[in-house]
Amino acid sequence: MFYREAGDFSTTYQQDSQTFPIKFDRYRYYIVLAVAFGIIPFIINDYWASAVFVPFLIYAIAAMGLNILTGYCGQVSLGTGGFMAVGAYACYKLMTAFPDVSIVLHVLLSGFITAGVGVLFGLPSLRIKGFYLAVATLAAQFFLVWLFNRVGWFYNYSASGQISAPERTVFSIPVTGPNTEAWAKYMICLVFVVVLAWVARNLTRGALGRQWMAIRDMDIAAEIIGVNPLKAKLTAFAVSSFFVGIAGALFFAVYLGAVEVGEVFGIQKSFLVLFMIIIGGLGSIFGSFAGAAFLVLLPVLLKNVLVGGLGWPTDLAAHLELMIVGGLIITFLIAEPHGLAQLWRVAKEKLRLWPFPH
Amino acid sequence: MPDQLLFAIEVTLNGLMAGVMYALVALGFVLIFKASGIFNYAQGVMALFAALTLVGIQQGQVPFAHLINATFGTEIHYFGWTVPSLLAIALTVVVMVGLAIAVEKLVLKHLVNQEPIILFMATIGLAYFLEGLGDIMWGADIKRMDVGLPQGLNTVIDDTTFGWFGYGFFIDNLDLIATAIAAGLVLALMIFSQYSREGRALRAVADDHQAALSVGISLQFIWILVWSIAGFVALVAGIMWGTKLGVQFSLSLIALKALPVLMLGGFTSIPGAIVGGLIIGVGEKLFEFLVGPLVGGATENWFAYVLALIFLVFRPQGLFGEKIIERV
Repeated sequence: MFYREAGDFSTTYQQDSQTFPIKFDRYRYYIVLAVAFGIIPFIINDYWASAVFVPFLIYAIAAMGLNILTGYCGQVSLGTGGFMAVGAYACYKLMTAFPDVSIVLHVLLSGFITAGVGVLFGLPSLRIKGFYLAVATLAAQFFLVWLFNRVGWFYNYSASGQISAPERTVFSIPVTGPNTEAWAKYMICLVFVVVLAWVARNLTRGALGRQWMAIRDMDIAAEIIGVNPLKAKLTAFAVSSFFVGIAGALFFAVYLGAVEVGEVFGIQKSFLVLFMIIIGGLGSIFGSFAGAAFLVLLPVLLKNVLVGGLGWPTDLAAHLELMIVGGLIITFLIAEPHGLAQLWRVAKEKLRLWPFPH
Repeated sequence: MPDQLLFAIEVTLNGLMAGVMYALVALGFVLIFKASGIFNYAQGVMALFAALTLVGIQQGQVPFAHLINATFGTEIHYFGWTVPSLLAIALTVVVMVGLAIAVEKLVLKHLVNQEPIILFMATIGLAYFLEGLGDIMWGADIKRMDVGLPQGLNTVIDDTTFGWFGYGFFIDNLDLIATAIAAGLVLALMIFSQYSREGRALRAVADDHQAALSVGISLQFIWILVWSIAGFVALVAGIMWGTKLGVQFSLSLIALKALPVLMLGGFTSIPGAIVGGLIIGVGEKLFEFLVGPLVGGATENWFAYVLALIFLVFRPQGLFGEKIIERV
């Protein structure tokens, strides 16, 4: 009834191949963008920015990155935390070495540096497959975290071993450092998210994306029909690491401001992002957002309900949260292995006929 | 003999002992992987859970005490009795078998025929769940494990080697016992899988699920059996590591240490788990001893992974793994 393609005619090839071919989808997308850019920045406060919106946006970038590698190209990676750390430390070194260059450029450059590191650790993927590769990426995770912890050059020999972001501005509005307004943090993340989501969406539905998916579905068969596995796998690693690196840079510079690598970018972070794409949906850009939103909101919600509502001690709530997250992951895998994105697809199918299913 | 060499020998011996401890954890992984093709990430957390349960039962803790107290405002913590070690171990085995049945009924049964990676992720979910459950049941504080295993310097070895070289080797009694137990465990598992009816069924399932089903082997029973055995191995590993380090969250991280051991040895080989454990144990101790001081120490965190990674590039199936044959 509300959601249908009837009367929605494509008269040019461009219209036929657009991202959102159905009018309703397109308008929904515009409305979401309008709310995100036009309304939220004016009503956002510190709590909402730091508890919900900024982590959601940053995790959405990281989840998109991992989804490109794992969901689209089928290479499971447990090194996301390590690659986020590369992005964060690259950004820190660039920020302190070239204070006059724009922070936006630094974040992008950190993405490229992470992409390079990602390709390096992606090289074994040509020989190693499946679980062995998943475990091999742990080498990246542990080695990188150790490197940033032990080698003084990376944290400019600061006494605490921490890195902290100096103040940098965009259009003379501070976006990093302690004087940043909530809306400024939100806006810079939002801009990155929108641009990167657009890039990811268009990469994955283009030639490169189809190559990735061919490798994912069966790499030998893909090789026989002419997909170059070297190129497909390494580009997947590069693009994925680029996204993850930007997420790491934003996580450090905009969201946290100061970072201790073992705590923030440990193995737990790798699993968190992996869970986001499992719950959200492997091989779906929308799924990356849905999963990130779910896993950012869930702890906030649980904390409010259990600690605020029922008056439980915080440690008990934290343990219960672990149980709920674990239980949910299993439930999701059993009920809907394709995650929230699949639920959304099913809902759309139903909505097309609703309320007259016959 | 020069001092440096003696040090190196001591480090190697200690590495061997540490390797045995890794192998104990890796063993549980191999068992489940062989029987069901599931890479059970929760193995480490199972060890933690088993150790927590053992200590809890031993000390007569009330399960979920914290939760009950928080909900009803009561103040109960202990039943007021202590359970002898052997009985407590037996009870913990019962709990682990119960866990195996629950996992089969609630998780695995619904995930038959899913891709291995989905099953792997399900076990990560299981790991989170068990971690939370263990903490809620028994509390998150660090506990001391004491089931009567001797600990500390082995004076016999110390004295003998002192007599030989004028330098006493430091070998922990606990490590020696762990070695003996690991050897016994591997022997028992091998005998079980070679000579018992259930063991043969287990190998058949490992070979080919469908063929095993068609000759009347109950997959459900085999899975419960193998998860129970893995639970038992986890308990043994939990006791060893718990005695060594205290029962605490970091115990579950030994699973991560077992992963490179598995990669090196091959996921499907029990001897591989032992040999891989020894190589990793010796390798990381020697590397830390020789190269560690030059690069800032704590290389143990990553050395095992990088070693396994480099090794895999040359031999993707591990040392003793089955040759990977790929068909379209």
